[in-house]
Amino acid sequence: MAVITPTTAPADDDTEALLRQHTILGRIINFARRKPLGTIGLIIVMLFAVAGICADWIAPFDPEENDFASMMVAPGIDHILGTDQFGRDIFSRLVYGARTAMIVGFGAAVGGGIIGMVLGVTSAYFGGWFDLVLQRIFDILMAFPLIILALAVVSVFGTGVFNVVIAITIPLVPRCGRVVRASALAVRQIPYVDAARALGFGHARIVLCHMVPNVLAPFLILLSAFVGQAILAEASLSYLGLGVQEPVAAWGLMLQGSAEDYATTAPWIAIFPGLAIVLTVLGASLFGDALRDAIDPKLRDR
Amino acid sequence: MPPLLEVRDLHTEFRTGAGVVRAVDGISYTVDPGETVAIVGESGSGKSVEALSIMRLIPNPPGRIVSGEVLFDGRDLRKLPEEEMRAVRGRDIGMVFQEPMTSLNPVLTIGRQITETLEQHQGATREDAEKRAIELLEMVGIADSRRRLRQYPHQLSGGMRQRVMIAVALACNPKLIIADEPTTALDVTIQAQILELMKSLTQRLGVAQIIITHNLGVVARYASRVNVMYAGRIVEAGTAEAIYHDPRHPYTVALLKSVPRLDQPRRARLDPVEGSPPDLTKLDGGCAFRPRCRFAVDKCATAYPRLETVGEPGHLAACFRSGEVAAARENTRESAA
Repeated sequence: MAVITPTTAPADDDTEALLRQHTILGRIINFARRKPLGTIGLIIVMLFAVAGICADWIAPFDPEENDFASMMVAPGIDHILGTDQFGRDIFSRLVYGARTAMIVGFGAAVGGGIIGMVLGVTSAYFGGWFDLVLQRIFDILMAFPLIILALAVVSVFGTGVFNVVIAITIPLVPRCGRVVRASALAVRQIPYVDAARALGFGHARIVLCHMVPNVLAPFLILLSAFVGQAILAEASLSYLGLGVQEPVAAWGLMLQGSAEDYATTAPWIAIFPGLAIVLTVLGASLFGDALRDAIDPKLRDR
Repeated sequence: MPPLLEVRDLHTEFRTGAGVVRAVDGISYTVDPGETVAIVGESGSGKSVEALSIMRLIPNPPGRIVSGEVLFDGRDLRKLPEEEMRAVRGRDIGMVFQEPMTSLNPVLTIGRQITETLEQHQGATREDAEKRAIELLEMVGIADSRRRLRQYPHQLSGGMRQRVMIAVALACNPKLIIADEPTTALDVTIQAQILELMKSLTQRLGVAQIIITHNLGVVARYASRVNVMYAGRIVEAGTAEAIYHDPRHPYTVALLKSVPRLDQPRRARLDPVEGSPPDLTKLDGGCAFRPRCRFAVDKCATAYPRLETVGEPGHLAACFRSGEVAAARENTRESAA
């Protein structure tokens, strides 16, 4: 920046940048350079994801095993984050809880997001009565707060990880569909959609290959917000006793019941799962913001 | 030789809050193989709707093709099932749109936008399509085409994008290209380049062309025949020569006068067409140009003049007073001389 190097230097920069665009590793390096906050967010989420995947090797104790000899032990050498009232190692439960959180968070966010996006774009593309009917259905679903609708679905399907994913997916569909439709309506008006029609492409191809990529930017921000929301919703459901059931490890469960009773005497029981929830949700949204900027080709080159 | 495209009495209307708009109101014309035909008219005259009607791309609702035939290569496009019509679009008929800035998808690479068409219509493999795309880009005069394939539309200038549009339109060796105001959004210097390119390519490849424009300057140089449209109808049709040197419809005369010309004296006044285009929901049985016409007589209010041969064969005009229009022009020419 300080020295203006004449002649060939800028060209070299250009080719270097071009080369970097074409390898996946190069793209990641590029991203990390330009979006340090987003990278931190990604690292946080990845850490939890890796923790969840490798829980079997990371966790020093069985998360479901009670050890009445060491109940409510403060964080220390044996139990780095302490133990709860049943003597279960909190670190191990956090690690296994990460697995639950990631399955539910990503499962529901990706599932609800993709279904909502396709419906939203299709709705905007066809317009007319199809749009009208679909949007009214979305209105009905949106009339319920996320957690209430999820509760209703769980009470129909029952509890358990898989049902919780479905319960959180359903309320996310209209939330994504609504926002994506708004973007897609604008996209629909741009001549390239008609140009694609004039080239003889079918409706499905135009929706999926031509319109969907143009709404990916808002979709990805939504998706990252959804991951956070879904993790929160899972924690809430579990906390209310309608989500993941004991003895499976889940962050919401860890905050439940006796964690409240011991909040003053053994605060680590509540603090660490709370922290885990906060960090994951924050990381997901930091990453989402950065990803939005990175994915837009117009912003990417600047 | 039968014409490549024959449009017969085409009617397209739009239902709006203010009433039914007959955007295209009974249009007939032909395009021969390899020929370039221009459709000229001001904004709102129905030129673009007419083109979209041929392609069956009128959004319905609110639009609807009411009646008429579009015979292309012996088949009536209006009667084709949607599936076959899709095969015609892009493969047999290519389209170049007005706005090169927005007619290319911003999130797809240039290469993808060309190869996708080839894969769709010719079942080409990705490698073959890519090779062809490089050829096409070179053909439309884009240097360094290999690198351009990987670029996105925003990395290209307007003229360059219009070249890409032309490459896309030509990708599947169509028989006809419909260019809807292909140069309106471009710099004047680029306009000429693009038109020259289209002319030389269509001649070399034997592709017929419909150029839709409001610029009579474009018509003079690039089209063999001209259809002048006003309020959804063709008011004058003929060879470019005839339209230029012997216009018989007052609207054509007015249009010609409104074009700035370098061969006129410097202080010559530019003569815009008076008034504004008619409200298409409020047309009566008479001539739509009547309120803006210097030649209008009572008869113009009661009946719509039919297209009739004036002067040489093939030169048609829809005006009761085409004789007077020609005579008046002779007079001004004499008085000027």
